[in-house]
Formats: sequence, structure tokens, C-alpha cells
Amino acid sequence: MLSLVAARLALGLVSLLLVSLAIFAITSLLPGDAAEELLGQYATRETVAGLRASLGLDLPAHLRYLAWLKGLATGDFGRSLASNMPVAQLIGSRLPNSLMLAAATAAVSVPIALTIGITAAMYRGSAYDRTVSMLTLSVVSVPEFLVATAAVIVFAVQLRWLSALSTTADITSVAQFFRVFALPVFALCCVIVAQMVRMTRAAIIDQLRAPYVEMAVLKGVGPLRVVLHHALPNAIGPIANAVALSLSYLLGGVIIVETIFNYPGVAKLMVDGVAQRDLPVVQACAMLFCAAYLVLVTTADIIAILSNPRLRHP
Amino acid sequence: MASNELELLGQADQARVLDAVRRGATRRDLLGMLGAGGMAAATAGGIFGAAKEAVAQTPRRGGRIRVSGTSTSTADTLDPAKQSLSTDYARCNMFYDGLTTFDGSLTPRPALAESWQQEGAKVWTFKLRRGVTFHDGKPLTAEDVVFSLNRHKDPATASRARSLAMPMTEIVATAPDEVRITLDSPNADLPVVLATFHFHIIKAGTTDFSTAIGTGAFTCREFQPGVRSIAQRNPNYWQAGKGHLDEVEFIGIPDEQARVNALLSGDVQLIAGVDPRSVRRITQAQGHGVFETKSGYYTNLVMRLDMSPASNTDFVLAMKFMFDREQMRTAILRNYGVVGNDQPIDPTNRFFFPGLPQRPFDLDRARFHFQRSGVGSTSLPVVCSPAAPNSVDMAQVMQQTGARIGMNLEVRRVPSDGYWSNHWFKHPIGFGAINPRPSADILLTLFFKSDAAWNESAWRNPQFDQLLSAARAETDEAKRRQMYADMQVMIHNESGIGIPVFQSMLDGHVSRLRGLSPIPVGNLMGFDFAKHVWLEG
Repeated sequence: MLSLVAARLALGLVSLLLVSLAIFAITSLLPGDAAEELLGQYATRETVAGLRASLGLDLPAHLRYLAWLKGLATGDFGRSLASNMPVAQLIGSRLPNSLMLAAATAAVSVPIALTIGITAAMYRGSAYDRTVSMLTLSVVSVPEFLVATAAVIVFAVQLRWLSALSTTADITSVAQFFRVFALPVFALCCVIVAQMVRMTRAAIIDQLRAPYVEMAVLKGVGPLRVVLHHALPNAIGPIANAVALSLSYLLGGVIIVETIFNYPGVAKLMVDGVAQRDLPVVQACAMLFCAAYLVLVTTADIIAILSNPRLRHP
Repeated sequence: MASNELELLGQADQARVLDAVRRGATRRDLLGMLGAGGMAAATAGGIFGAAKEAVAQTPRRGGRIRVSGTSTSTADTLDPAKQSLSTDYARCNMFYDGLTTFDGSLTPRPALAESWQQEGAKVWTFKLRRGVTFHDGKPLTAEDVVFSLNRHKDPATASRARSLAMPMTEIVATAPDEVRITLDSPNADLPVVLATFHFHIIKAGTTDFSTAIGTGAFTCREFQPGVRSIAQRNPNYWQAGKGHLDEVEFIGIPDEQARVNALLSGDVQLIAGVDPRSVRRITQAQGHGVFETKSGYYTNLVMRLDMSPASNTDFVLAMKFMFDREQMRTAILRNYGVVGNDQPIDPTNRFFFPGLPQRPFDLDRARFHFQRSGVGSTSLPVVCSPAAPNSVDMAQVMQQTGARIGMNLEVRRVPSDGYWSNHWFKHPIGFGAINPRPSADILLTLFFKSDAAWNESAWRNPQFDQLLSAARAETDEAKRRQMYADMQVMIHNESGIGIPVFQSMLDGHVSRLRGLSPIPVGNLMGFDFAKHVWLEG
């Protein structure tokens, strides 16, 4: 089992390296560079050349990549080309915000999704199950910017119950925490709950059709016990994977929600970085997202391995 | 503030009338008061109305507002030399003053400098206002001014205004309250240059900009780059009757929709940068208004005179006659703009030349010139991009009008990303977008002088260049006006730049917020709103 986990981790590291190379190659294909973007309308040939030299952009691409990789190995993410601040500091100031939003969303969405998914599986085919199916399908097909904007217009602009902005500087009490996070968490839950519900439902139904469940039912086990005790442990693998995929989206994929609520998270930092051709920032963010994704997926894998007696005791 | 009727009275009488109304004088009291001075009853009645309105407009002290600019990042600064975005200007204007300041026609007015004199527009002497203190209590002296101006010349300061400061060859204190600036060549616009925000006055020897110690109407209580700044009223502000709010919190919301939502939900009371499309949403919500600043901001058609087809004079004229300016103003700008006349000085500027006949939308003449140019039905790409606001819409309007005279324009839309370095005036026909500049001289020097780096249409006219230098050195206002008028005519007739409309700048605010009046340097009263506005009770 240990060798299985170790192989997963090694694979993760290789993927990280490949991702860094891909990001570097793709950003090099973008028209213009940091010097031109920084000067914008004010770029002339001389000022661009001067700025390029001072930023070290006049070196060939492979040398820049190797230098960056070397820095990374020693824990140095480099400095932002746009603001000349250490990238680690830039990310450090945004990451807690992103993690807080992700944690709040996970805390709300995972229990809801699992409860709905499991109950829908228990009463599959019933009116309740069909309603859940229809609702989740329709919610997942509505784009998040629509949900978020509509929520702002109703709850902040019309009713004035909640704040249209999510400024973490305002939080001094639990009530304010709720006021600031209610809308973004709601918008994000709409996106990820549906997916988790459907995956959970499918995984459990799959197990409920298995002969051992039939056996349990024939032996007179109650429906709740059948699901929680017999089916759920065997469905944990796929459910953990669905949860991990949904959560990984919360870190890097929430740019739209961050923009609508003016929430200072990492996703916005990365998009700004791309617009400014601020390669060190883009690279660091991409690596961060990739690492987070790998951690989540690997955790899900390990959970799946641990929950499977055949893998646990090979 | 005072309306026309009030201006009929002298200043002393105005004060007397306003004071009487404030103390509760009735129309009859006022009629008696003014009738004694021999004024007709009708006029006096008008004055009563105007005075009442003016009193209702009397600033009220107190209150707190939250204001949102259009951007925020960790590059936010309190160092006057490093200001680069509109949000930096708005923030620094709360805490600092310059020697001079702009009024509504961009004429420089005294601020920390009480008065100034010049010899041949080359040697300038500024007399400083007495009794001004910095936020830490230190009195303002000539030494502070010399330090504040000289630091821009030091490359280590990394000042964005270095090129404007370099011509100031000598900056010396000639008395504790007097500074002399010697220029390398005459420039009658030095007071304008000094009113630009980079030349805010700071305390001599300042190197730490984690907080702001200026002479401004507000003191800096908190500054977190990328998050917010909090300004608190400066009780010792030198300018009587300015700085009414107790506190101003300044934040940045880059997304326009989010900004408007924040205003309408009551999270902020004033927002900069409203799209004309959002105006109805704001004005229809109760208790909210839109504040328009007519400005010299324009999106212009660039026709390269050194490339085909615009190397043909008739083609350029055909394009200029083909602008449906009125349609662009009403349909694209939704009336928030004024019609342009293919020259860059807008009507709010003191050097605008009203005598230049407006070029009409005239399809017959456009057709005539187009046929004479012999371009025919070849497809002509027009490069436009969201980077130059409204250029895509303008190109589409032109494509439709062009079809009516047999011109085959092809709208080529490119992304905003990288537009200024890869596309701006690199194509035979394209678009630029030019922010308002504080003076006609700076604007024309940057974009129309023959050897300018941003001479968009590659228009070369030695006579224009000569006139431009002469106007810079000319201190006689009337002569200067004539010179700028001549230059406007030249650009209108010869250059490859088409300016169909000037766009207004729009801000949204709660109706309770009073005291906003346009200063066409930019949004938010030329970024100087904080000391002027107040909250109605």
C-alpha cells in the first residue's frame, strides 16, 4: 500500500514539472511581454528596451526558465515584474482569503451534497429523487456569473440584507462574517453542490444494486442501515473523488465570483498576472493551483485505497 | 454654487444676502433690503430664490463616506512621484496639496503658492501661503517645496514626472516663503505643470511613504495597499470652507458591474467610472444620481498618412465627412459626450477655438472625395479593439455609412490584450484612445508634433511645430489663444486623425452627496472630490 501512495506522490511531482514547462511555453506565446504591458500606451522603442533589460527579459527563454526553476527549488518564487514585490508575499496576502472562502464553501456544500445525494439514492425513482435530479441539472447548467449577479441584485441591491462586496477587512464579528461570505458561498455552492449530489447518488445506487445489499435486505436490515453501513463504505472512493474535484475548483476556478464580489483571492492575482505578462506571478499561481489539485486528488486516492479492503490488505 | 442672479450683486452684497437668508429672512425682508439699494422688485425676487438655493447648498460638516475607484493593487502608493493610476491620484489628493490647482477650465489657480510672477516665462517666483502646516504640525517652508520638486530629477526617485521636472534647471529658496524656478526654455504653462498631481508638496527629507504627511484637507489614518485608505478630516486645514466630511474610506473595485451594485446596495456612496449603459440603472434607483464631467477624453480614428490609402488626401477627407457624429454621440455614448471636430482640444478647455466651423456629416462630399481618391471597392481593414473604448461600435457605424458611398470597410476586431504595443497606429486605419491632458501644450506636444513618439497619423508640418514652441513661450493670453486656434485649424484640415466625439466621464453617487462640480482632468472632480463634497442632513 505504501508503494502505491509513494508512486502517486512521485507522479504528482512529475506532473508539476510538466505543468511549469507548459505554462512557461504558453505565456511565451502571448503577444507582448511585461515591459510592453507595463508601459501600455506609453511604450516607445527606447523605454521598452530599457525596461526589458532591467527586468532581465532580454535573456533567452530557456535560461529564464532554468533560473526560475532553480529559485523554486530553493523556495524562492522570485519578484513580481509589475510591482517588484516578492511573489511569495503577494500570494501570501491573497492565499488566506482564498482558503477561507474555499473552507466556508466546503463546510456548507459537502454536508448538503452528501445528505441530498444519499437520500436521493435511498428513495430513487420517487418524486423527491426526480425533483432533486431536475433541480441539480438546472442549477449546474446556469453559469455562476448569472447566479452571483442575480443574488447580488436581489439580496444586496433590492432587499439590502447582505453586502454586495466581500471585503475581509470588515470582519470583526460572526454576524459580519456571515454578511460578507453569504453571497459568494451561496453562488459557489450552486456550482459545486449539484455535481457532488449526482456523483454521490450514482455511486450509492451502483452499490445498492449489488448482490450483497440484496442479501442484507433479505436478512431484514433496515433501509438506513443498509445505506450507511453497507453501501456507503463501498461508495466512498468515487464520492471522495467527486468531492476532491469540486473542491479543487474552489481554489483556482473562482475568478468570476472573485470579480463580482471584489474578493481579493489568488485567482484574480493570477488573471491580473496574465494581463500584465507578470510571468513569476503566473508561474507561481499555476504551480500552486496544480499542487493543490494534486494534493486533493491524491488525498481522494488515498481515501479510496484505505476504504477498499482489497487494496488495504493486498 | 451661486446662480446667475446672485452674481448680479457685488461680493459684499452677496455675502449680506446669503447671511440674511441663512438667518431666516423672508422674501419681503429681502425686497426691502435690496429695494433700499434701488433694485427692481422682480430682480430682487429672483435673487431671493437663488439665495435660498445657495443656502440649501451650504456644506454641512460631518459624516463618513466610502468611495470606490476603478482599480486597486499592491502597487497603490502614497508617494506623489510614483502615482500612476487614477486611484493613486484620488488617494494622494486627499492628503497633499500642490503649489497650484486646476479649476473647471483647467486654468491654474493658487493653492500652496499664493501668487507667482515670471520673467519671460523662464524665471518664475512663487510666493508661498503663510500659516500652512503639515499634518504633524510643522509649518510649510520654501525648503519643503524645493525638496518636493527637486526629488523628481533624481533617477533613484523613479518619478513618473521626471521628464516634466528636468527642464526646471534651478529650484531655489530665495526667502522662507519664496521659491524661484528657472527653466531651460520658456514655458508659460509652468503653473499648469505644477498643478499636476506628481508635484504635490511633501515635507523636506521624507523618504517613508507608508503614511502620508502632507498639508491636505485630510490626514491619513490608515493605508493598506490593495485594500483601502482611510482619510480623516484635518481640523487645521488652511483653506477655509473646504473639507467637510469627518472621514473618507477609499477602496477600489475593478469590475464596473460590481461597482454599480456596491453603490446601489449602499456599500459605497460614490463610485468612479460608470459606463453610459449603467446610467439608467443608477438614476432609476431612488436616491442615486450620475455626475457627468465633460472632458477632452476621445477615441480617435487613426489614418496613417505615410501608408496607402490615407496617403491620399481625398481619402482622408472622405472619411472625415463620413463620420455620423451625432449618431455616435446619441447611440454609442448615449448623449454623454459632445461632437468633435477632428482636432483634439475640447470645448471645456480655455484654448478651445469656437470659430472653427463644424465639419458636417455630408455623404455627398464624402462620395465626391472618395471617388476622387480612386480607392474603389478594395476591402479596407479598420482595426478596432475594446482597448480603445467604443472603437468597435464606431467602426461598425462607419462600415454601414461607408457602404452607402461604395466604400468597402472591413471591421477587424482585435483583443485589448497587447493592443497598445502591437496594434496602436501600426495599421493604415485603426483607432487610438487619448486621456485628457492638463494643458493644450502637453497634448499637442505628445500627439501632434512632427517628431513626437506618438504622432499617430505621422502628420508632419514644420509650421505647426514652430507655432507650438512659440505658444509655449508666449505669456500674453490673447496671443496664445490665437496661436492655439491656428493649430486647431491646421490639425482639423490636414492631420490623419478623425475625432468624431469627446466622451464624458461619469461617476455614480448617492443623492445625499453634494458639492460635486466638474474639473475635466478626470473622474471624481479631477480626482479632488474629497475636500469639496459633503453629505446632506
